[in-house]
Amino acid sequence: MIESNSSRVDQMTASSTAGSPLIRVQNLKKSFGDHQVLRGFNLELYPNENLVIVGKSGSGKSVLIKCMVRLLVPDEGELFVFDQSVPDLDQNELDQLRTEIGFLFQGSALYDSMTVRENLLFPMRRHSDRLRGEDETSLVEEALENVGLLDAIDLLPEELSGGMKRRVALARTLILKPRIILYDEPTSGLDPITGKEIIQLILEVQKKYKTASLIITHDMDCARVISNRMIILVDGVNYAEGTYDVLSKMTDPEVSAFFK
Amino acid sequence: MISALKHAFSGLISNLEETGKVTRFALRYFREVFKPPFEFRELLRQCFLIGNKSLFLVLMTGFIMGLVLTLQIRPTMMEFGAEAYMPSMVGISIVREIGPVITALICAGKVASGIGAELGSMKVTEQIDAMEVSGTNPFKFLVVTRITAATLMLPILVIAADSIAIFGSFLVENIKGEVSWQLFVNQVFSSLDFGDLIPSTIKSFFFGFAIGLVGCYKGYHSEKGTAGVGRTANAAVVMASLLLFMLDFIAVLITDIFYEI
Repeated sequence: MIESNSSRVDQMTASSTAGSPLIRVQNLKKSFGDHQVLRGFNLELYPNENLVIVGKSGSGKSVLIKCMVRLLVPDEGELFVFDQSVPDLDQNELDQLRTEIGFLFQGSALYDSMTVRENLLFPMRRHSDRLRGEDETSLVEEALENVGLLDAIDLLPEELSGGMKRRVALARTLILKPRIILYDEPTSGLDPITGKEIIQLILEVQKKYKTASLIITHDMDCARVISNRMIILVDGVNYAEGTYDVLSKMTDPEVSAFFK
Repeated sequence: MISALKHAFSGLISNLEETGKVTRFALRYFREVFKPPFEFRELLRQCFLIGNKSLFLVLMTGFIMGLVLTLQIRPTMMEFGAEAYMPSMVGISIVREIGPVITALICAGKVASGIGAELGSMKVTEQIDAMEVSGTNPFKFLVVTRITAATLMLPILVIAADSIAIFGSFLVENIKGEVSWQLFVNQVFSSLDFGDLIPSTIKSFFFGFAIGLVGCYKGYHSEKGTAGVGRTANAAVVMASLLLFMLDFIAVLITDIFYEI
């Protein structure tokens, strides 16, 4: 059984929110046609923090993290990552910024036509300057060792199970040693046991690489174990914010619905 | 009546919009293709895949095309006592028109649908987003390489199809009319000049470009879901085939102007 982070949440929250935020989002708005998804969302992510965002399907969680790496461009509001305004960056600056942000996609998004090794080498193609003289092969092996899949190095994604794909995707995310990792539903589509293994892995990675993590999830067990702080997203705005313990005791029906 | 007109008008507008989007996509290709970094390895891989995947089919079709063409024309030619012109006629019709068009249509079915489905599924499973997040330009890596590879490989496939079609035609002539290989080939090449080869080769480059462009455009803008990927592959074949006939018509018109001069 994986133990909850909640017991050490208060101290961690206090210490982690002490520095300047790595990500700062203010009054973020995003629409698709007439449908307004984000209606003025605010967020701050601090170093070493695990911030979990929960919300119903279609509430704009994935849209929010896609705005952070400019896969989507917000309509209004401010979005700063490492004090750089993401919507205003030119392509080179954006590419540099993206190397500091790892993104674990919901469906793993491994490249079908490439082996595990090639999948991990791919992010290094344009960013060899970040290798700091380290050998590519040893970096790939180290990343795979961290997720316990060194044996799968020459397999194709189609030969991997769902959990293995998620692990390889996490290894690919870690290969450039990012300072922030964005997780889009890291346990979705996995059985409970594999889901717990992934949660454990995320905690280990966070401990080893000292990354800040922003986790989008439906899985409240995942939120309980991982989060230092949570935001509940309802109708495109921050509905409630706090630690898992605090939010789980709230009587507001919108909030308590997530904990039932 | 009014609703039918409205329907026709909205269809026309959406077709014009689609044409505009494809043109913009093509212009983006030309902007990106000469800009470093160049993806040579991926380009070579795509050349191999497109050429290798289609070669057997193209050769089979070319061979049957040569056989059928000769078998069907021969009786009529014999009726007019023009049997001796068979190699020239077959050579000109294969090299100028039938070879490039049939090869391009085969590739539209195989390559455009394959590219459309591959990119469509990459889009649906967020692989294109993952590429972008990793700092690689997915348009350059996926689209530019595939369009360039299709443009380069189609003329080679056309040459292969033309050659085997002429060989197929020779087999019929040899069996039915006891014409030697040397005589047949001499007659084919004596009736062909650069005026036949160059337009057909240039046309093949354009056909290859159109096949790559349509496959990539449809795949890159695929709808969500597996059904969307299926529709993408289908739409890529239909659109590419239509575009090939339009390009062929334009090419014939231009060639005709030069012949008249």
